Amino acid sequence: MNEPKRAHKVYAIERGTVIDHIPSPMALKVINILGVTQQGILSVGINFPSEKLGHKDIVKVENLELTAEVTDRLSLVAPTATINIIEGWKVVEKRPIHLPREFVGILRCPNPKCVTNAEAARTRFLREGEGRTFAVRCAYCERLYRNPAELVV
Amino acid sequence: MDFSGRSIVSMRDFTREDIQHVVRRALEVKKGAYADCLRGKVLATLFFEPSTRTRLSFEAAMVRMGGQVFGFADPNVSSATKGETLSDTIRTVCGYCHVIAMRHRIEGAARLASEVSLVPVINAGDGANQHPTQTFLDLVTIQEEVGRLTNIRIGMLGDLKHGRTVHSLAMALSLFGAEFVFISPESLSMPEDLTAQLASAGLKFTEVRELSDIGKPLDVLYVTRIQKERFEDFQEYQKVAGSYRLTPAVLSQAGEKVRIMHPLPRVDEIAPEMDSLPNAVYFRQAHNGVPTRQALLGLVTGVIS
Ligand SMILES: [Zn+2]
Repeated sequence: MNEPKRAHKVYAIERGTVIDHIPSPMALKVINILGVTQQGILSVGINFPSEKLGHKDIVKVENLELTAEVTDRLSLVAPTATINIIEGWKVVEKRPIHLPREFVGILRCPNPKCVTNAEAARTRFLREGEGRTFAVRCAYCERLYRNPAELVV
Repeated sequence: MDFSGRSIVSMRDFTREDIQHVVRRALEVKKGAYADCLRGKVLATLFFEPSTRTRLSFEAAMVRMGGQVFGFADPNVSSATKGETLSDTIRTVCGYCHVIAMRHRIEGAARLASEVSLVPVINAGDGANQHPTQTFLDLVTIQEEVGRLTNIRIGMLGDLKHGRTVHSLAMALSLFGAEFVFISPESLSMPEDLTAQLASAGLKFTEVRELSDIGKPLDVLYVTRIQKERFEDFQEYQKVAGSYRLTPAVLSQAGEKVRIMHPLPRVDEIAPEMDSLPNAVYFRQAHNGVPTRQALLGLVTGVIS
């Protein structure tokens, strides 16, 4: 039996940002890392069937156009995601996730001897390597971490 | 090349050209250049963790160039004991001096300090992380004793897992196309992170367990201390420490011309019979700490270009 095609996944928004192709079940991590929990209406869809991913999540953030600087953080938890900027019910910009050179203030260094844990310093991590299996190095204690997603606050 | 105002935090911050520049200036200082050039300049030595040797070396460097020094040698006399943050201490002290040398047991402390300081910060050791002036003096010694930094064949012996000096030196030499022989027990071998970096830079390295497996002659054999605390079993420690103890017989394995280096202090990794051999460069290496720090102090304060 074929499922009827959905008119809108979750529901359409007039203005804002739609984050599609999030690997399931990372939607809540995506919201967290984008820091949008306090900002306007969020709608979250989890476990939609996807040809590319098997299952995918979708997050819609109303009335907020997220910049690439912010959405590129998703390279840590949802590198397959695509970003759609919506204005007047239409997609006005579509972009993939780019790998940033550094991650500022969104990861925590697990090294207990690191200065970022000893005093209120903003964390900074530098990316090492290309592609989806990159590592990050703490700019302070210089330790290398191969699973950056685990460091997300 | 402009070092004026630049902090010396980590070897990761320096290119091959930067390193060559510092080494050149240090050797010029050693020949008597730039005398008194730090007259009127003040160095603050902030040793949140005691290290008499390193602190004296910085103070000697400053005084020999005509500069002045103040600071503390012990964290118990600093305001950190009153709960002041490191950032606030640095923000305050940087107004009293032209350059800061600091040592701290917290990793990354020097990086944080360099970000809030209005004057250059020289890292004199931040826990297990970096001690760049040690690496620079090692490089000065290699340039002086071997005659070049490029394409040297260097053996590193001892605790390669925890030894920050060998990590920094290996990284620095990787910019010059070195070939490495790592000699250590398996439990104390070079971290994979570092060997992976060497491999991706296309450098040759071998890892062996015994001094007798060094292979071709070495230009340099860099010896580090193996600490008892790293072993659960004391007999295992004695066995390892004994098998890595250098005696004049090492020359038959590492070559007659090999230069033996050691960051000092040594315990008994190098037999005293070695000291009188021309191969023993470790005391000259320690002495190079002063001209190397003189050059760095001159460069970051802008009085040496
Ligand atoms: Zn860290």
